[in-house]
Formats: sequence, structure tokens, C-alpha cells
Amino acid sequence: MSADDHVGSGNAKHGFWRTYVFSTDHKTIGLQYGLTAMCFLLFGFGLMLLMRWQLAYPEEANPLLKNLFGENHPFMPGGVMMPDFYNQLGAMHGTIMVFLGIVPIAVGAFGNYVVPLQIGAPDMAFPKLNMASYWCYFVGGVIMLASFFVPGGAANSGWTSYAPLSVIATDGQTFWLIGMIALITSSLLGAVNFIVTIIQLRAEGMTFMRLPFFVWAQLVTAFLLLLAFPPLEAAGILQLMDRVAGTSFFLPSGLVISGQPLQVAGGGSALLWQHLFWFLAHPEVYVLILPALGIVAEIIANNTRRPLWGYRSMVYSTIFLGFMSFIVWAHHMFLTGMSTGISSFFQTTTMIISIPSVVILTALVISLWGGSIRFTAPMLYALAFLPMFAIGGLTGLPLGLSASDIALHDTYYVIGHFHYIVAPGTIFAVFAGIHYWFPKITGRKMNDTLAKLHFWPSLLFMNGIFMPMLVQGLAGVSRRLYDGGAAYAHAQDVLYLNKVMSHSAFGLGVVQVIFIINLVWSIKSGEKVSRNPWDATTLEWAAPSPPLPHGNFETLPVAYRGPTEYSVPGSSSDFTPQFQAEES
Amino acid sequence: MSEHADTAHPALRHHFDDLNQQHAAGTLGMWFFLVTEILFFGPLFFTYALFRSGSLDPSFQNAFIAASHHQNITLGLTNTIVLIASSLTVALGVYFAQTNKKKPLVLMLVLTLLCGVAFLVIKGIEYNQHFAHHLFPGQGFHWDGAPELARGGQMFYILYFCMTGLHAFHMVIGIGIFIYILMRAMRNDFSSDYYVPIEVSGLYWHFVDIVWIFLFPMLYLIDPASKH
Repeated sequence: MSADDHVGSGNAKHGFWRTYVFSTDHKTIGLQYGLTAMCFLLFGFGLMLLMRWQLAYPEEANPLLKNLFGENHPFMPGGVMMPDFYNQLGAMHGTIMVFLGIVPIAVGAFGNYVVPLQIGAPDMAFPKLNMASYWCYFVGGVIMLASFFVPGGAANSGWTSYAPLSVIATDGQTFWLIGMIALITSSLLGAVNFIVTIIQLRAEGMTFMRLPFFVWAQLVTAFLLLLAFPPLEAAGILQLMDRVAGTSFFLPSGLVISGQPLQVAGGGSALLWQHLFWFLAHPEVYVLILPALGIVAEIIANNTRRPLWGYRSMVYSTIFLGFMSFIVWAHHMFLTGMSTGISSFFQTTTMIISIPSVVILTALVISLWGGSIRFTAPMLYALAFLPMFAIGGLTGLPLGLSASDIALHDTYYVIGHFHYIVAPGTIFAVFAGIHYWFPKITGRKMNDTLAKLHFWPSLLFMNGIFMPMLVQGLAGVSRRLYDGGAAYAHAQDVLYLNKVMSHSAFGLGVVQVIFIINLVWSIKSGEKVSRNPWDATTLEWAAPSPPLPHGNFETLPVAYRGPTEYSVPGSSSDFTPQFQAEES
Repeated sequence: MSEHADTAHPALRHHFDDLNQQHAAGTLGMWFFLVTEILFFGPLFFTYALFRSGSLDPSFQNAFIAASHHQNITLGLTNTIVLIASSLTVALGVYFAQTNKKKPLVLMLVLTLLCGVAFLVIKGIEYNQHFAHHLFPGQGFHWDGAPELARGGQMFYILYFCMTGLHAFHMVIGIGIFIYILMRAMRNDFSSDYYVPIEVSGLYWHFVDIVWIFLFPMLYLIDPASKH
């Protein structure tokens, strides 16, 4: 008996519910993650568009929403935004984009769909756990959305939920905490599953140094989720206790609210929340970027027709970066009055962690050198990722040094910095990945012209949004002003940029329609292609498109060589797939 | 022949090559889950250390000592012994599964469940005593010691109820898991070829046990010599 005999034996006919809704197949779950996350990304983007209207035209009625909200609606009476609603939008935009958008699409969708295929596995190690992790995510998302409808609206204390403000906030914060506990549970189940799958289910011959870089990125990401999320889950439960059970982990004694001293049982530490939050949230930043780097590395190797330059140093850098990401968190807290000794430690580790990021980025840039580059749609997004990520990374350096951070903290500079990493960075990598693996999922290619029509304006508008933020931030505009600085004397010189940013954002919104049309249209009407349309080398291209339900491959593949053997000297074609046996 | 039994075993999931791989994946998964559990309890222990050390408020040091005098060490110690005994029965359960002894296996699983329930009952008696002495944090909290220690005393009981409460919650889940394991054991699901579910559930049970081993000295034995 060989292993092949029972591959696909789980391929029994299931009903509609088991096939499409409560499926345990990693591909279906990956698609569920992807579609849900794209809806949340669009929704979170919509919240941001509302904010951008308010920032460009403070307290003017929004012409599109004038009639949607009544005259007495607490959010936007007659289309004019209330400050409380602005705060809700800010908190929920951050939460939705990070926890319901990027992480689920980068890890849940791409990780789930691609990792088992790239390591040559028939499924994830724990298929039922995989399904549970999707449904925990779904429930968490529903709770977050429902929080808009409780009295006082959704959480309004920022995506960081700093205590004590968050502890005394309206009921939306309780929903936020319960939603977060569901989302964290989902991520933890997923992380355990990914790690065990990658360690245990690699195909024959697939040694660790033959893993595609994308799989390495997902493996390190899974470890970050595994180690960083549980403390936030505990912190979330403690904050929940503070809100509903009258404890005081994060409520200091002697707190006075609106002139009234607050009755506090005991009396804890507000700073404790920040430490627990950022102990999660700094590794979380790398959760947002590592899968993106993985996607981009796959696409760059494929479209330069060259092996990745410095594959090993990229792998070691990723591992080192994962390790370091746990000892940099307090660089978010330089303004909390920490001693110079502690801030010196954290700014040193922060400078050190920039080294592996630069190594990875440099390796990707050098990989372009001397390649015969094909400017396919995924390659365009991947190429745009490189300078955008570089801008995001380099603008982070002044924030990592406590002296310059004191001036820049809480200005638009910070917003510009991290959005350069996650918006034109990670989101472009997500677009790249969608265009690259679309043929594997559907057997058809996405339309190239539409992709280019979407790519170029998106690139322009993304920079139109985030570059002025850096300028405003350097001028000292606080990121938390609900009128965008209109009533703030120092902001007057850079106030016109608010309109530039807002119109870029609206433009960005419009061109996403092209992407949606392309995505939907190509499912039924895209150009039909073979199972390996990009002439790629990794194992997922050995499977039919789409891969077989419950089993993926006709026969389990064997990995004979490294992941990016392109243009091997003496070879008859310019790519030698991992699954191709030695030529005699 | 043995290889044939391996790849055709009814418990083998279709995406694993053989039972060994499935076994390795299952135990590895549980170990990684336990890593998340350690990190989950981490912030609670960290918070305890922050408050207990007095670095946040120096009065908390003495307050924690004073508050711990209200703890019933006898019941706490009994619970510690009950839990250690239950860990022994779980370990023996795995052994009897490995050696194909169904009756002793079922007996060990029943004993484990009884220990788990006994722990929760004793915990309930303790909670009841704390309620009776008005030591539950909040409006009804009553502190009969030095008034300047009342805040710290209340923080001690906030930590006490949260930490033991989350621990008890883990115990309840553990009992649920072992009821399921017991049902499968009575259905003859386990043998020397296939006992991973008992082993991984056992790992979880041992972990919850170890958490208690840390909680007991932290919450009961801060200052046992000068009790009363």
C-alpha cells in the first residue's frame, strides 16, 4: 500500500452545506476567508471614506448621505458627522482593516489555499479545526459589525483601546472586546494548524530549505500569531472584567471623570494595558507584512525567471525578524514616561530589527537584476510593493528613535508611515497574489487590461493619500483631530492637503470597481489556461486547476529540488519545477 | 502486514500517510496549543507580580500578605493533592491504552473525572466562604484589617477570583473533554495502535494541573507561618 491510495478517498459527495458552508477542505475555507475578508476590507475602506469627507469638508453635510441618516440620527444628523461617530469610525477602521481584513486575507486566505499546495499536502493537518477557525473569525466579524447598533455606537477608543478611556467608554467597547476574543481564538487555532501542517505534512523531498519563501513567511507568521495573541486575549478578558465585573486591572485609583471621582475597587495600572496590547501588536505588524513579502518573493522569482537572490539569508532574516519583533514593543510607548535606560534598550532593538527587513527587501531588489522581467499583472503589483514598502520602512526609523519620536508621536506622520507599509505595501501584495493564484483557483486568468487599468490609478491615488500625510505630520498636525486641523493654528499651512488626500481616497474607491468587475467577470469569462500558466516551479502548479477537492493532487508530488530553479544552465526550458524528476 | 494495518486503520484520516504521522501531528498540535495557553496565563501572572512586588503601590505588598491570611490553606492543599492524583490517573490511563487494557483504562478515566469534579466542588466551597466573609471585590467588599491595606486587599481578591476562575473554566473544559474520551474508550475506540486522543487530552489536563501548582503558593502560601 502506498500513501497515494487513500489520497482523495475523503472525496465523498457532500451536500451543499458540507461542500460550500461547513467545508473542511482547506481550499474552500481559504476562499471563504478571502471573500469575507475582501468584504471587510471594502467596508473598512468605506468607513475611511466617510472620515475623509469630514476631514476635507469639516462639518459640511455629505451630499451622498444627506438622506440616508435622519435629522436626529446620533451618527450623522442630516449628513453632518458628529465627533463621537468620527471616533467610532477611527477605532473601527483600524480594527476592521487589521483584524478582519488584512490578517484573514493574508494568512487565512492565501495561507490556507496556497501553503498545503506548495508543500505538497492533501489538506491541512486539522481540517475541522480549520473550519472552526473560519467560523470563529466570522462570528467575531459579526459581533464587530453588530456593535454599530448598540446604544452609543461602536467602540470609540481607538483600535488600541487604551485604558482608562476604553474602560469607561460606551457599550460598543464591550462588543469590541468580545469580538476580539473570538478573532484571537480564530487566529490561534489557525496558527497551530499552520505550524503543524508545515512541520508534519511536507511532501517527500520537501526539506525545510526547499520550502518556497512564501511558506517560510507563513510559518514565521504563524509563530508570531501563536506567541503574541494569547497575551492580548488575556488582556482583553481583564479589560472585559473591568467593564462588566467591576474589577480594576487597568483603572487607577483616584480617577476623576467630568468632575466626579470614580469609585474604583482596588486600583490598577493604565500603563499595564499598553504593555500587554503592544506586546501583541508589534509582532502583529510583522503578521501584516511577512505574508506580503512571501507573496511578492514568489511572484518576483517567477517573473524575473531567476532564482531568488539570497534565499537562505532571506529565510534566516525572517526567523530573526520574528524573534526580534517580541522585544521592540515599547517603542510605541516612548511618551509614557519610561526611563532613558528602557527607551535606549527599545530603540536599539528597533534599529536592529530594521536590518533583517532591509536584507529581505534588498534580496528582492537584487533578484530583479539581470532577470528577463515579464511585466505581467501580478508582477506590476509586486514591483510597486518594493518602493512602497521601502518608504514605509524608512519613514519608520525616526519613529524608532525616542528623541525624534517625541515630536512625531501621534501626528499624521505615524499614520502615513504605517499605511505605506500596509496599504500600498501589503494590499498591493494581496492584489498581486490574487492575480497570480487566480488561474490555480479557477483555471482562468484575470483580464490583463483591466488589471493595468486598476493598477496604475491605484498606485497614483495611494501615494496621493499617504504622501501628504507625512508632510502634514512633519508640520505637527495631530492625527486625532476630528476637523482635520481646521481649528488648529499650526495646521493652516498644510490644510489644503486634506482635500488632496480625500479626493485621492475617493478616486481610489472608484478604481476598485474595476478590480471587482475584473474579479467577477474572470471567474466565468477569463481566458482559459493550463495548470501552470506562469511557467512556475513550485508544487501548487503540479495540481489541476482548481485542485481536486479533498486531496488536491492526482498523485502526491515529490520535491526534487529548491523552489525557484529558473533558467538553470544547460536546461532545455527556463524553468525546472520542483516536481520534475531529474533529467537523465 | 503491519504496514497494511497502519494505512487502513479506521481512525486514520485521509490526509495522513499513516498513524505515526497522525500521532505526531496530534501531539505537536497540542504542544503548540499549550504554548498559547502558557502565554495566555502569562499576563495574569505578570499582573500578579506587578501588584505583589509593590512597584505600582508599595502598600500592596503588605496588603497581599494580609489578604492571603483569609485563605483556607487546608482546602487549597486538599485541592492540590486531588489534582496531582488526577494527573497520575491520566498518565496511567495512557499506559493502559497503550497496553490494550480496556477495563483499567475506563476506571482511570472515571477516577480522573471524579477528581476533576471534586476539585470544582472544593473550589465552590472556598468561593462560598469568601462570599460569606464579604471578600468578593466590588460594592459589598468588606475589609476588617488595616484600612490603608483595603485597596491592595481588594486587588488580591480581584486577582484571586480571576486567576482561579479562569483555571476552573479550564477544568470544566477538561472535564468535558474527558467525558468524551470516556465515551470513546467504552466504545473500544482506543488500542495500542491508536491512543492519541487520550495522550493529547492528558497533556492538556497536566497543563491545567501545573497552572494550579503555581497558583497555590502564590495565592495561599504567601505567609503561611504567621497564619492567624
